[in-house]
Amino acid sequence: MATHKLFAAGYGGQGVLMIGQIITYAAMKEDKEVTFLPSYGPEMRGGTANCTVIVSDKQVACPMIYEADILTVMNPPSLTKYESMLKPGGVLFVNASLIDLKPTRSDIQVVNVAANDIAAELGNARSANIVMLGAINRTLHLVEEESIKYVLQNKVFTGRKADLFDINWKAYHAY
Amino acid sequence: MSEKVLMKGNEAFGEAAILSGCNFYFGYPITPQSEIPEYLSRELPKRGGCFIQAESELAAINMAYGAAAAGGNAFISSSAPGIALMQEGLSFMCCAEVPVVVLNVSRCGPGIGGIQPGQADYIQATRGGGNGDYKIPVFAPSTIQEAIDMIYEATYLANKWRNPMMLLTDGMMGQMMEPVVLPEPRKLLTSEEIPQAKPWALSGFDHKNGQRSLIRALHMQPTDLEIQVEKIFTKYDAMEKELPAYAAEGLEGAEIVFVAFGLMSRLVREAIEMLAEEGIKAGLIRPKTLWPYPYAAFDELDFNSTKVVISTELSKGQMIEDVRLGVEGRLPVELIYRTGGVVPTTPEVVERAKKILEGLK
Repeated sequence: MATHKLFAAGYGGQGVLMIGQIITYAAMKEDKEVTFLPSYGPEMRGGTANCTVIVSDKQVACPMIYEADILTVMNPPSLTKYESMLKPGGVLFVNASLIDLKPTRSDIQVVNVAANDIAAELGNARSANIVMLGAINRTLHLVEEESIKYVLQNKVFTGRKADLFDINWKAYHAY
Repeated sequence: MSEKVLMKGNEAFGEAAILSGCNFYFGYPITPQSEIPEYLSRELPKRGGCFIQAESELAAINMAYGAAAAGGNAFISSSAPGIALMQEGLSFMCCAEVPVVVLNVSRCGPGIGGIQPGQADYIQATRGGGNGDYKIPVFAPSTIQEAIDMIYEATYLANKWRNPMMLLTDGMMGQMMEPVVLPEPRKLLTSEEIPQAKPWALSGFDHKNGQRSLIRALHMQPTDLEIQVEKIFTKYDAMEKELPAYAAEGLEGAEIVFVAFGLMSRLVREAIEMLAEEGIKAGLIRPKTLWPYPYAAFDELDFNSTKVVISTELSKGQMIEDVRLGVEGRLPVELIYRTGGVVPTTPEVVERAKKILEGLK
């Protein structure tokens, strides 16, 4: 693999940092080089959240990016704000449940994922981020599916949350 | 060696301090390092240590002074204006020869500063921000792993030299996550072991030998104070031989050599890859210690190929003074910087470097 630069953005509470962290943990499990950088700065409650994940087979030089090759937007302001950050030929994942706007660019690949609707149909509205995670990884194969499963079982859905694994594993495969 | 774990910078710094043998932490919250006291408030008491949230930075540094004078291993952290408030205590501890490990998760800019990354505490850190003749070694990690290793080493060195040791990093390093391998925990000294391990410490009157320990930052007679200053400077002379550290990459045949530390060195490494794609060969000198500065690195420059040395900073030209001292007039020295918490993009660094190179032709 080469180097993948993923940028994910949405409202606080939509779980975009979780998308990034799961990929980061899974990449680490595969002994890949990886950095995770959360949005960082003064922010208000209900404001936006974003994160940058770089996965590579060589040491990650710079944890900050000026362009992404994968962009995931979970809410409308994120599409408007970050669309220009995607590199030509890059892949844009749009949460079509909440975003009616159309991307303005034609030099990118767009994947529409109705993440909230799919999660609601499964019976767990809060799994929208895992639906999106599945869409990203099953389309682009950043990390092995087994690694994602390991992280969900051992890092995310543990203890009192252990019984949420099954529905989230379904959510992962739902798109 | 344990296996890889994913850790956020600030939490990793706190964990490294515990593993390195620090058993006292005194702190006052300040963004972007508040996760360090948060982490240590939870973890340190469980593992034989003592956590106290001080009422101010002044209180924190002086509590550390007291705990370390009594033979404890003290760790303190703060951010730029908070570190500024601690300078009096650091000057006292250097004079009194009391060890402490200080971590500056720096803000940018003067005044209250912003919480975005900055390196504008360079002069404060390397030239002594407090009063009088003293020095504090300063380490500059560029990855979370390196920060862990440097904190681990700094605890050893602080005790070895009986002098504060400082790490200079920034808020982005504090917030980002990277896989790391944690070192083995150092054994903590018991109170019975302190008198032997640290005979200078105020661990109680030694009735057997009839000796008393005295730790003081006050010498009334000018000749006494002069003797004390000369004494600590024999240590600093030795540190200048022993401590300077750097990494040099691609200096041979390089047209441009960047000098950058910490986060900026990672951005510069990406800029070097981009310049190579355009047929311009560039190299990097990355100081790992900021005092003592690794001036010897500049003797490794390829004077046949290199046209310019560029200090690349998140400050308005602070490290460039040391770069000039290292280059000693052998090549032009230029500056690429952003300040106020603005981090340049990699293409921005590339463009500026190309302009500098063209200007010299």
